[in-house]
Amino acid sequence: MFLRYLFILLVILPIKAFALIEVDITRGNLNPLPIAVSPLSIDENSKNNFKKILKKENLGSEISAIVENNLRQSGLFNPLNKDAFLQKPEIANLKPRFEDWNLIKAQALVTGKVSLVDEKLRVEFRLWDVLAGKEMMALAFTTVPSNWRRVGHIITDKVYERLTGEKGYFDTRIIYVSEEGSKTNRIKKLAIMDQDGFNNKFLTLGNELVLTPRFSPTNQMVTYLSYFKNLPRVYLLDIETGMQEVVGDFPGMTFAPRFSPDGKKIIMSFAQGGNSDIYTMDLENRIVERITNHPSIDTSPSYSPDGKYITFNSDRSGYQQIYVMNSNGKNVKRISFGNGLYGTPVWSPRGDLIAFTKLHKGKFYIGVMRTDGTGERLLTENFYQEAPSWSPNGRVLIFYRETKTNSKGEGFSAKLWSIDLTGYNEKLVKTKTDASDPSWSSLLSN
Amino acid sequence: MNRNIIISFSFHSLLVIITAMSFPFLAKKPIDIPPVISVELIQITDKTSIPFAPKAKKIIEKVKEKEKKLVSEQAPPKMVKKEKPDAVPLPDEKIEKIKKIKDEKQNPKKVETEVKQVSEFEKKELFDTNSIAALIDKSKVDSAETNKKLDKITQDQDKSIDFSGLSLSEEDALKAQIFGCWSIPLGLPYNENLLVRIKLQLNPDGSIIRSEILDHARMNKPGQGFYKVLAESALRAVKLCQPLRVPSTGYERWKELQLNFDAKEMLEG
Repeated sequence: MFLRYLFILLVILPIKAFALIEVDITRGNLNPLPIAVSPLSIDENSKNNFKKILKKENLGSEISAIVENNLRQSGLFNPLNKDAFLQKPEIANLKPRFEDWNLIKAQALVTGKVSLVDEKLRVEFRLWDVLAGKEMMALAFTTVPSNWRRVGHIITDKVYERLTGEKGYFDTRIIYVSEEGSKTNRIKKLAIMDQDGFNNKFLTLGNELVLTPRFSPTNQMVTYLSYFKNLPRVYLLDIETGMQEVVGDFPGMTFAPRFSPDGKKIIMSFAQGGNSDIYTMDLENRIVERITNHPSIDTSPSYSPDGKYITFNSDRSGYQQIYVMNSNGKNVKRISFGNGLYGTPVWSPRGDLIAFTKLHKGKFYIGVMRTDGTGERLLTENFYQEAPSWSPNGRVLIFYRETKTNSKGEGFSAKLWSIDLTGYNEKLVKTKTDASDPSWSSLLSN
Repeated sequence: MNRNIIISFSFHSLLVIITAMSFPFLAKKPIDIPPVISVELIQITDKTSIPFAPKAKKIIEKVKEKEKKLVSEQAPPKMVKKEKPDAVPLPDEKIEKIKKIKDEKQNPKKVETEVKQVSEFEKKELFDTNSIAALIDKSKVDSAETNKKLDKITQDQDKSIDFSGLSLSEEDALKAQIFGCWSIPLGLPYNENLLVRIKLQLNPDGSIIRSEILDHARMNKPGQGFYKVLAESALRAVKLCQPLRVPSTGYERWKELQLNFDAKEMLEG
C-alpha cells in the first residue's frame, strides 16, 4: 500500500519540477526610444573636396543632422545630445564601445562614414543595438554629391523601418499651394519641397488660382485644380518636364481630382446645373466614366489602396456626410453618423482607416475612422483646418490650418501641420510662404 | 479470490485515474480558474501631482528636490566606478600583443600578417550579419518547436497546479520594474497577434545568464517584421532592467522565468 502511494507521488513530483513561472508583461512606457546619431566620420581629403563642391563645412555632420532631425520629428525617437557623446565618430564607426553609449542611456546608435570616391558621394552607415551590443544593419550608398540630403532621408527610412517594423516616410516630397499677399488678394502657386521643408521649388507662376494638388503614385505627375481663364478645371502636370494639360473635355467645372492607386485613372467631381457627380477618366484612352448619379452634391472622391472601393462625401442625406461605394458606383453606404458635417475623406495607404475633416459647433477637427465608420477618433481641434493627406506608411497626416483675422482683417495665415495617428506629436511643417492643400508623395526610393 | 480481484481492480483503476489527472494534457480541457486579480502598486507621486492638490504637490516637489540633492551628492563615487569599462579593453590589447608575438614567432614577415588582419576585418564589415543570424535561426527551428511543446505542458500545469508560482506581490514588483524598462515600439499594428515569449535563466541576484526568444523561428520569417521589432524591444527591456527585482528567497522556483510581452492593450488604448 505504501509503495503505491510512493509510486503516485513519484508520478506527480517530476511535473512540479518543470513548472515554469510565467509573468505577463502587458504594459510598457510610450516614451520615444533614446537613440544616438553619431556624426558621420569624414576624412580630411573628402571634407575639403565636399567643401568645394557643396559649400558645406562638414558633410558628415550635415547628413547626421538630417537623420537626427527626421527621427525627432517622427516623435518615436529621442535623439540624444551630441555633447554627451564620449566616442569620436571615426572610432565609433569601426567598433562602438557600447559601455560609453549605454552610459548616456542610448538604446540604439547610428554611425557612419562619408567619402568622395570617383567624384561620387559614398555613405556607409551602421545601426547598432547598444544593449545587445550588436550590429542591426549596415548599408552603403553611392550617389552624386548634390543628392546628399536624400541620403540623409534614406538612412532615416532604413533606421525607422528597422526599429519600428513599418516603412519610413522621410525620402518623400510634399506638394502644396504656396500663398502670398493679403487675404483678399492672394497669389497662389503650386510648390514642391522635401518632406522636411528643404529644396523648395515653385511649379506655377501664380497667374491663376490653383487648388488641391495631388501626387500620382508614380510621383512624376501631379493633378490639380486651376482657374485658367476663370474656368475651374482639373489639370495634369508632369513635374520633370513641366508639361501641363486639361483633364477631359467637360462642358463645365471639374474639381477635387485624385489619382487611382495604379496611377492610370483620375477620379474627380464634375458640376453641371447645380449638381455635381463623380467621374473617372482613363489617362491612356481618355475614356470618361460616370460613377455616381444622384441629384445631390457628390465630391472629394478617394480610392482605397486596392482600388476596389471609393470613399466620397455627399449631402444626399440632407447634411454633408462620408460614404463608401464599390469602384463602379454600386453599393453606396453611408459610414459617418456622428454629429456635425464630415468632408474630405481620404483612404489610408494601409487601407484600414479613412481620414476626414469634421465641422461641429463652429470648430474644425481632423479625425480618422475605420472604413466601416466605426472607431471614430478626432485627432486635433482648431478654428479652421482641413484637407488631411496621409504619409506613405499611413502613420502621419499632414493638413493645413488657417488663423483668425483680427477686426482689421490682419493676422491671417495658413500653415501646414502634421499629426501622428495617435493624436500626439503635432508639429508645424515649416514653409517659406503661407501654405495650404498639402499632398504627400509616396516613397521616392522604391 | 474474487474479492481480491475486485480490490486489485479498484486500486489499479484509482491509480490510473490519479495518474491521468496529474497529466493535464491528457485531460480534454483544464479547468478554467478565473484569473487572479492583482492589485498594482502605483507610485503615489502619480496620483498626488494632480492639480487639485497643489499643497501636496509642493510638498512632494520639495521632497523630490531633496532626493535629487541626495542623488547628486552620491553620484561622484558612481562615476568613478563606471570608469572601469575604460580599463576593460586592456585584456584585448594583451591578447593582441600575444598574438603578435606568436605571429612573429611563426612568421618572420610581420608586416604581411598585419595586412592580412586588416583585410579580414574589412571582410567582416561587408559580411551581412543578418544572413548569419537567419542561418542560425533556421538551425534553431527544431529546438524552438520542442520548446513550444514543453511550454504548452507547463502552461496547462500552471493553471491546474498553482503552487509553485511567484506570490502576487513578488510578481507585481517584477512587473512594475519591467513596465518601466520596456519602450513599446509605437508603430506596431494593434490588431495583430503579437505575443513575444522570452525565457530567462537567472542568477540569484536577478542578473541574467541567458535570454531566449521562444518563437525564435518567427523572427526572420518574411512578413514578420513587426514581431521581430517587438521581440527586440522586449530583449532590450530585459537587458535594461538587469538585475531583475526577484524574490530574495526560493531561487530554485524562479531561476528559470518566462516573460510574455504583449503590447496589445497599450497599442489599442
